[in-house]
Amino acid sequence: MVENRPWLTFLSHTVLILGVLAVAFPLYVTFVASTHSLQDIMQVPMPLLPGDQLVANYAQVLGAGTTTGSKAAVSRMLVNSLVMALAIPLGKIAISIIASFAIVYFRFRLRMFFFWMIFVTLMLPVEVRIIPTFKVIADLGMLNTYAGLTVPLIASATATFLFRQFFMTVPDELAEAARVDGAGPMRFFWDVLMPLSKTTMAALFVIQFIYGWNQYLWPLLITTDESMYTTVIGIKRMIVGSDAANEWNLIMATAILAMLPPAVVVVLMQKWFVKGLVETEK
Amino acid sequence: MEKRVVFRSAWLPYALVAPQIAITLVFFFWPAAQAVWYSFQLQDAFGLRSQFVGLQNFAALFKDGNYLASFKVTAVFSVLVAFFGIGISLLLATMADRVLRGALAYKTLLIWPYAVAPAIAGVLWAFLFAPSIGIVTYVLKGFGVDWNWIINDNQALLLVVIASVWKQISYNFLFFLAGLQSIPRSLIEAAAIDGAGPARRFWTIVFPLLSPTTFFLLVVNMVYAFFDTFGVIDATTQGGPAQATQILVYKVYHDGVKAADLGGSSAQSVILMFIVIALTVAQFRFVERKVQY
Repeated sequence: MVENRPWLTFLSHTVLILGVLAVAFPLYVTFVASTHSLQDIMQVPMPLLPGDQLVANYAQVLGAGTTTGSKAAVSRMLVNSLVMALAIPLGKIAISIIASFAIVYFRFRLRMFFFWMIFVTLMLPVEVRIIPTFKVIADLGMLNTYAGLTVPLIASATATFLFRQFFMTVPDELAEAARVDGAGPMRFFWDVLMPLSKTTMAALFVIQFIYGWNQYLWPLLITTDESMYTTVIGIKRMIVGSDAANEWNLIMATAILAMLPPAVVVVLMQKWFVKGLVETEK
Repeated sequence: MEKRVVFRSAWLPYALVAPQIAITLVFFFWPAAQAVWYSFQLQDAFGLRSQFVGLQNFAALFKDGNYLASFKVTAVFSVLVAFFGIGISLLLATMADRVLRGALAYKTLLIWPYAVAPAIAGVLWAFLFAPSIGIVTYVLKGFGVDWNWIINDNQALLLVVIASVWKQISYNFLFFLAGLQSIPRSLIEAAAIDGAGPARRFWTIVFPLLSPTTFFLLVVNMVYAFFDTFGVIDATTQGGPAQATQILVYKVYHDGVKAADLGGSSAQSVILMFIVIALTVAQFRFVERKVQY
């Protein structure tokens, strides 16, 4: 701090506390709503202190979903979400790290062509090619499968760039020493590059875990079978009518369950998260 | 930038790039090419036959009042999201950069909404603002505001803007905080010695030095508002009432999936691709400029 201005420090704290409260308010109301019975929620205004239906509501959604909307059990959806949230980052890291290894450490024909081909995918987000991509998946018979949910999302220009950038900073002497010692390229990759890339992988994993968990449009298109719904899709399917017709207490319990895993990952792995966020956008 | 030391193998590099290239070809290039192809086709009502119609789908789009309205909605929506998202997070980051005590706690408490899926952010805010049972609706009624986003188009737009901004603040906040922390203290101190107050220092030193971050976030927030907010809109207003919140991406989805208009939807996809390319180029020109600083 440059100078001591008590009133300005006071103002800073006030603004920050207001900011934190405004950001947390929806979460608090969601949690409170998830601990009441439907009748309590339907009162205007709804209660603002937690109720006693917490266990009942969560047991209901985990075991059997809602009664008026989707009847799919949320526990199954959480498993589906977890599969997506793990398969996407692991797949992305695996195929990107070997692709950038090839692009950085080898000279071969079409090298730059492949590089640009991967680069261009930055410009083609799922949202702009919804219908044709859906058709490709349907033609391949991948609707309502885990492969259909994850494989199309694991090609990633950002991850490839990130690893390429990192490999560029690895001293040439390491590769030279490996070659002198008679190590082949794959040996060098496993024993030198992989251990060095750990932090980059961790950072990517956190960002892509959240990306995978929060996917919406893609699972919305290719899952028609209740048993393949992810949690985020499940919430959408529980909302069936005008606002008074929904079982908001159960929807809000599901929302808490859907927010918890990625939020825990962000808060506990904050260091990797910030690193991943800042680096993937460079 | 090239490596001096490289390995030699006739087949290994191809095998290593193969998985990435295969997925890119099947799930990116093939569908993108199909989108371009369909955009020149007109299908009959049963989807049995299609014929080549050239630019007719595009011409029809630009004569379609709904499509032009969707452009306007997208423009208003993305400007509002970017403006409020950047403004609020800049304020919070500036304050967080000042305080010594509790800085980490504030940071932790401000970044978690990044983890919330856009669709869930939409559901949360839709519940708070629900016309009959929402707690915020109830408070607003106390102030004499009649809130019903299901029938009022401005309120519907406001709802999706609030939900989208809420979700994006944490991202902007982190980048602004990193930007603020990289500004040399000596500059601020020199200005303070010359007698410049905190407000003056902010506007003449900090804000100009943050401009690369601000510009970067502007592009990122525009992209976010264009594409990632699909979940917010689909979970709340679904483009309504009367298309008041139907942004371009939502219209592609609506026309293609719900209305099954393949040609029209593909033509819209092609236009969206050009918009993404323009935004990406803008982003990269900015990156080049940053290198010269």
